[in-house]
Amino acid sequence: MMNYVSETFAGIGRYCILTGKVFSRPEKASIYRRRILFEVEALGMNSIGLTAIISIFIGAVITLQMSINLESGFIPQYLIGFATRETMILEFSSTVVALILAGKVGSNIASEIGTMRITEQIDALEIMGVNSASYLILPKIVATVLFFPLLTILSIMIGIVGGYMIAVLTGIMIPADYVEGLLYDFKPYSIVYSLIKTSVFAFIITSVSAFYGYYADGNSLEVGRASTRAVVTSSIVIMIFNLILTQILLI
Amino acid sequence: MIRGEHIVKSFEGRTVLDDISVSFPSGSTSLIIGRSGSGKTVLLKSLVGLHEVDSGAIYYDDVCYTSLGFAQRKAIRRDIGMIFQGGALLDSSSVEENVKLPLDLFTDQSEEEKLERVNFCLKRVRLENANRLYPAELSGGMIKRVAIARAIVMNPRYLFCDEPNSGLDPQTSVVIDNLISDITEEYDITTIINTHDMNSVMEIGHKIVFIYEGRKWWEGSKDDILRADNPELSDFVFASAMAKRARGMR
Repeated sequence: MMNYVSETFAGIGRYCILTGKVFSRPEKASIYRRRILFEVEALGMNSIGLTAIISIFIGAVITLQMSINLESGFIPQYLIGFATRETMILEFSSTVVALILAGKVGSNIASEIGTMRITEQIDALEIMGVNSASYLILPKIVATVLFFPLLTILSIMIGIVGGYMIAVLTGIMIPADYVEGLLYDFKPYSIVYSLIKTSVFAFIITSVSAFYGYYADGNSLEVGRASTRAVVTSSIVIMIFNLILTQILLI
Repeated sequence: MIRGEHIVKSFEGRTVLDDISVSFPSGSTSLIIGRSGSGKTVLLKSLVGLHEVDSGAIYYDDVCYTSLGFAQRKAIRRDIGMIFQGGALLDSSSVEENVKLPLDLFTDQSEEEKLERVNFCLKRVRLENANRLYPAELSGGMIKRVAIARAIVMNPRYLFCDEPNSGLDPQTSVVIDNLISDITEEYDITTIINTHDMNSVMEIGHKIVFIYEGRKWWEGSKDDILRADNPELSDFVFASAMAKRARGMR
């Protein structure tokens, strides 16, 4: 038990040291700009499809479930649209999408950097005099922190469209009621809250996954383990910060 | 001149380098030889600073490298070129981007000047038409040659090679050996090669250092090595049939 606790603290310490190295002064801004654009495509644009598919189905399912659960003469139908909107904005498009991206993007980052570690590519950068942590990780963090909020907005929009489509296709409610619910008691701050959460989650996914990849040691099996640990740890840290940010930002 | 004094390095309580003092003369090719697991790679990585030594000191032309901070080491590292065992090319970059990377990061040259230098280095390693290829499309020998081109692109004063012939056929090994040797003479570089290939020892080694179980067991020239009265060294050297024949010819 004591061993586990001391290893956890040692790990947190190494994570903080690595983060310090990541945010130290970059070698040349122009190189970093190019790398950020590359990472936006690799980590952000390539996640649009997955986010869109999941969001449209979840939006539809939320609408269906709400219509089943709120089936009563005393509850106005527009609340189904309202509940779908709130669920998408407050929780699904930020937290659940972040958990899904922790699996996709996090494992990608950990295995990429881990492979670079065991094939001595990181050593090669260090020998050139490059701050390898900053060169490899900073562009990924900047790219995800800037791009993931766009994915969240996309997810909210597509999820709401998914709900609308299911309302039209199944006839469970009048589409006009659904639209009325979408507009009912809308607070723009909810969007701000969701985007702040997404940016924090993006930082967690990228930095935690990069940490496990950067300190991978040994062979390809170890890279696989690093990748798994990256996804598990990022997911747990996301859930903890979800609670903390909700407490700070909403209450 | 690169000098190591009383270098000790251990991993998790296991001593891998035990009080090694060694020097490598400027402008020549020195070889570190020894069995697999003897500590050659750890010594090489300690010399370049990829491993922090537990005790002892490393000097580059009388500058104590081990006592320098990260920023000061950076200046010396820009004078160092290193060829890793597997090449260590960046997988996501083309040959041209790999070789150009140090120029992009550390020089203010124009794009034309950088490309001119990259093409010169690729021509020097006889890879004129490989600019657009990616590491996955290259053979083992080509990867090593790109690694050499990348290592020399900044005109280094020191060149470190970690088993440059591993995984290569004998003919390609000779090509790589000769290339490293020619470059060392051409640019007056201090080159240190880590190897267990006796062909390399006989072909290009000026100074040879034999490491055995983490200790410096013997040092001398390639001419001395065949006459050395050292059982562990003889076991290592004469395990090679070629060296046996060479001994018979003497």
